[in-house]
Amino acid sequence: MVKFTVNEELCKGCGLCVRACPKQILRLSKTKFNAKGYHPSEITDVEACIACGSCFRTCPDSVIRIEKE
Amino acid sequence: MALTLMKGSEAIAEAAIRVGCRYFFGYPITPQTEIPEYMSARMPQIGGTFLQAESEIGAINMVYGAAGTGARVLTSSSSPGVSLKQEGISYIAASEVPCVIMNVMRGGPGLGSIQAGQADYSQSTKGGGHGDYKLVVYAPSSVQESIDLMTIAFDVAEKYRTPVLIAADGMICQMMEPVELPEMIEHKIDYKKMPWAITGEHESDTHKRAIINSLYITVEELDELNERLQANYRKIEENEVRYEAYNLENAEIVVTAFGTVARICKSAIDDLKEEGINIGLLRPITLWPFPYEAVHKAATQPGVKAVLDVELNAGQMLEDVKIAVNGDQKIEFLGRYGSHMPTAEEIYDKLLQMRREF
Amino acid sequence: MAVVFEKTKMLTDAPYHYCPGCNHGIAHRLVAESIEDLGLTNNVVGVAPVGCSVFAYNYFNCDMYEAPHGRAPAVATGLKRVLPESLIFTYQGDGDLASIGTNEVVHAAHRGENISVIFINNAIYGMTGGQMAPTTLVGQKTTTSPYGRDEATCGAPIKVCEMLAQIPGTYYAERVAMNTNANIMKAKKAITKAFKYQMEGRGFTIVELLSTCPTNWGLSPVESLKWLEENMIPYYPLGVYKDKGAE
Repeated sequence: MVKFTVNEELCKGCGLCVRACPKQILRLSKTKFNAKGYHPSEITDVEACIACGSCFRTCPDSVIRIEKE
Repeated sequence: MALTLMKGSEAIAEAAIRVGCRYFFGYPITPQTEIPEYMSARMPQIGGTFLQAESEIGAINMVYGAAGTGARVLTSSSSPGVSLKQEGISYIAASEVPCVIMNVMRGGPGLGSIQAGQADYSQSTKGGGHGDYKLVVYAPSSVQESIDLMTIAFDVAEKYRTPVLIAADGMICQMMEPVELPEMIEHKIDYKKMPWAITGEHESDTHKRAIINSLYITVEELDELNERLQANYRKIEENEVRYEAYNLENAEIVVTAFGTVARICKSAIDDLKEEGINIGLLRPITLWPFPYEAVHKAATQPGVKAVLDVELNAGQMLEDVKIAVNGDQKIEFLGRYGSHMPTAEEIYDKLLQMRREF
Repeated sequence: MAVVFEKTKMLTDAPYHYCPGCNHGIAHRLVAESIEDLGLTNNVVGVAPVGCSVFAYNYFNCDMYEAPHGRAPAVATGLKRVLPESLIFTYQGDGDLASIGTNEVVHAAHRGENISVIFINNAIYGMTGGQMAPTTLVGQKTTTSPYGRDEATCGAPIKVCEMLAQIPGTYYAERVAMNTNANIMKAKKAITKAFKYQMEGRGFTIVELLSTCPTNWGLSPVESLKWLEENMIPYYPLGVYKDKGAE
């Protein structure tokens, strides 16, 4: 079980996490955007997340937080 | 306390050590090199740090780094080297970091000469670096006074959180005089008085995260800094003006001069006094804050018919003398370019010539 | 539920002003985590440069300095001499270190100054809007090399690790990148090693991190990583250029 959170207000929609995710389950939201106008990253299938941290490591703004059972 | 015969630069260095300076960063440049030389021998004896930097730019930035911890830090150089330090000095002033900087002035501009000069007056008092900042500037006229001012300089620097400049000249550093040195003290950083000081420790209830910085990217923040600095300068102007008044009673002419040139003027004044001619001297010890009131009072004293400003430059303090006198008295100027020290006779003759024109 | 990944407390909550995808943010995390891993959060002072990371004093959650352009190694020297037991690091860009500040970093290395330099090489001046830096590649277009850097008039880009590795006082010099997860992990190891060596009093250590500058390169964050891989790494080979501890 994994809890995946993105600090959406600080995400700049750079897409590096999307590129880095080995499971390709991250994408930039098409519907939401934050106060700065960026489309924040969002997880599409948290069940598939293996909490490897690839997204976390490449995120320049450290907006990703991952908890695991 | 016994007097010891000491060379100016070594006395100045020892004085700094006696008042708790334990960090010196410098670079060789005549005529102040004996200061770093002395420090290189002395600092290791007392567990202090002497470091010869890669340049004066390196040195002033090492001062900036060390002094932000609240430690007593000194650097010294001579005119061209002090020019290289101006950016660093502006940062230090803007970051409100106390330290003491020696400028052993020499002839200029450019590479100039290696003998004594006074042509860094404007750089020192009007701000050699960028931005609205001031340095408290002390101008000693003897080795003993340099020692005394070193003590005052560190105290004033810490009291007002400001860099302080001691503007000596090549003569003071190169001459030997019998002097009395202060007792040795171990300077302990008082973090209650210096909550801003860098310690490297984690933020806690006793230590707020210390940031030594002068970047204020928003208008309001920079205004806040500048207002704080300006208020500080007004306080310094109120409390820290120092000057020497010599033989002012019944003076016909008042001489204005600073540093070693003022001593030469005294010789001329003493000679004339023996001939019954009374000439006064008003010697600024703080070049900033400048003693405007004192100069005006002396210049407009009953019986005074003129002011003679004597400097080893093309007329820099002259501008402040004019501001002080404010048109209320005739002013004449006797200037020599750097390293061409005026003689007592030349000053003596000039004073007599001025009297003939009354 | 155990937290597996989250932002280190060694970084403040201040949001970064860096452009989207700029690798400065990754480098900040690596430095901050290294400090935390080594248990040095209560004994560290950082020196920020002039450049994009001039605001680093807002981001590293420790006592910080902001130094004049290029002078961080001198400021760090003064600091280290007063606080010899503390971890002192400078964080500098390529304009700061490899242009105006070359004299300071070379002499800090020659003195074997016991400080660590975190050097971000993105082959351009970022803060001032994309001018040519000493590390700008030959042929690379910038606002002051609009026809591409011309070696005939501006010389070849400066290789800092290779240069400083020649200096006896340099104990450890490694160049890393942050373009892949593997490289990011290597970069963190390098920074942690540099800090460890410093705390052991080994002398001057430097880690050069190749970094992207999407805005001034005129590429997207993802394309920038590709450009870095295809252009910067070949000219700036990754690896250890000196490690007296490993010899």
